[in-house]
Amino acid sequence: MTNINRSRRHFLKTGGMLALGSALPISLVELAFAEPSQNFSFAYISDAHIQHIKDARFVRNWDRGLIRAVAETNLLTPKPDFVIFGGDLAQLGSQAELDHGAEMLSALNHKVHHVMGEHDYYLDLGAYWQKLFGPQYYSFDHKGVHFIVLNSIRTYDDWTYKRWPTAEQRMVEMAGLDNPNSSPFMVGDEQRQWLKADLAKVAKTAPIVVFSHSPLQKIYKGWNFWTEDAEQIQALLKPFNKVSVIYGHVHQIQYNQIGNISFNSVMATAWPWPYPNTYAQAEQYLPKLTVPMNRADPFFERDATGWQFINLSNGNVDMNFTLYSNTERVVRFDKLKKQPQDRDYQAESSRIDPQRHY
Amino acid sequence: MKLSKLTLALIAVLSLPAVKAQADEFKPEDEQRWQQQFMETVKQGRELWTSPKLGSNGVACGQCHPNAANTHPETYPKFQKQIGRVIPLWEMINWCLRNPLEGQPLAADDPKIIAIQAYITYERRGVKLEPGKH
Repeated sequence: MTNINRSRRHFLKTGGMLALGSALPISLVELAFAEPSQNFSFAYISDAHIQHIKDARFVRNWDRGLIRAVAETNLLTPKPDFVIFGGDLAQLGSQAELDHGAEMLSALNHKVHHVMGEHDYYLDLGAYWQKLFGPQYYSFDHKGVHFIVLNSIRTYDDWTYKRWPTAEQRMVEMAGLDNPNSSPFMVGDEQRQWLKADLAKVAKTAPIVVFSHSPLQKIYKGWNFWTEDAEQIQALLKPFNKVSVIYGHVHQIQYNQIGNISFNSVMATAWPWPYPNTYAQAEQYLPKLTVPMNRADPFFERDATGWQFINLSNGNVDMNFTLYSNTERVVRFDKLKKQPQDRDYQAESSRIDPQRHY
Repeated sequence: MKLSKLTLALIAVLSLPAVKAQADEFKPEDEQRWQQQFMETVKQGRELWTSPKLGSNGVACGQCHPNAANTHPETYPKFQKQIGRVIPLWEMINWCLRNPLEGQPLAADDPKIIAIQAYITYERRGVKLEPGKH
């Protein structure tokens, strides 16, 4: 199994180099639970933040990130079975942004499953997004794996329906990551009921992969690296043997293990975010396990984006990060410690200076 | 003439027994006022930081730097390897104005860039100075 994955990864890297000479700002995920013949992969693109300026003008930088991810995803070999788009296609949820983003994504030669991000949602509460991409939460089965997509960026009804005079203002207030007027993300009662019913139909031994935009764990409330009802969702997922949560929103490498649930974040195509511990006034809970990605160099527009090769054989996530202009990162599930571990940098003494954010 | 008149006036004031104010004396009200002035500038800086109008493409500083994180004001002036010389913080701010914000740089004494620096530094309060650090 390991050999297959290595050779595949090598092939992918070579393909990427031949095509564009650099790392892919997407995530390639390989699932290898059952028979090798059933193995499959999927790609993961997230957080494009397509931003409308005026008329036909959009922010060039963010456009380039998505265009590149789409182009490189189309070059992946072996061809992924499908693509996940992890949310925040738009910056301010407008039809112009969603249309422009959808147009760029339409170049993909794959089926795309979409996850709702807060930047897609808070203008019209997902109405136009839904028209383009379908339901806000759903599940599907693929080659023995049960996939669940949640809209994890909802919040208290008072905030959504009563607080703001216009939809535009509501969108802007939620769009500011550090805005004290925003509100904590949550999945909410309605979806938790649905999730409970959905999970009731799934065998406890079946591998489960959950996609959410926000982390289904609590890291830093000030920037909504947070889901208010995370514990309740974790409790619903607890009876299952192998659960992986893959989330966007944070624009950085994070990983964690809570009980039976492995957590992994994916990179953004738009821009990287600082780790919350670099904000001197913050009380935050970045998982102790996470060894940060190298500090981004702003002079390289696509720095601190990258792609991950994710091997889920035995139901646990083994992440291979390839980072633009940076050394690769490998985070593997340690079967003895039952948690993800960085292959090279996990011990404090083996970390390098660019990983010490300050 | 002017100077000596001023000197005389000063002596007259200072020699009044009821007024004991020295140049280096200040009261809690003074400190409060100065603090207000500073916090007002910080507030203006925060507004600029989150404003889509600072550059030309609607991108705001705060989009990449929430709470001004990862700006490291305590390390400036420092050798900025990409520019190839030691620069103060405001030059790096101007780099961001020109590039990700696709806007125009500000003069060193422009009230806007002073307010931005006040905001960045305020968000970093309590962190020890480490000029030159990378």
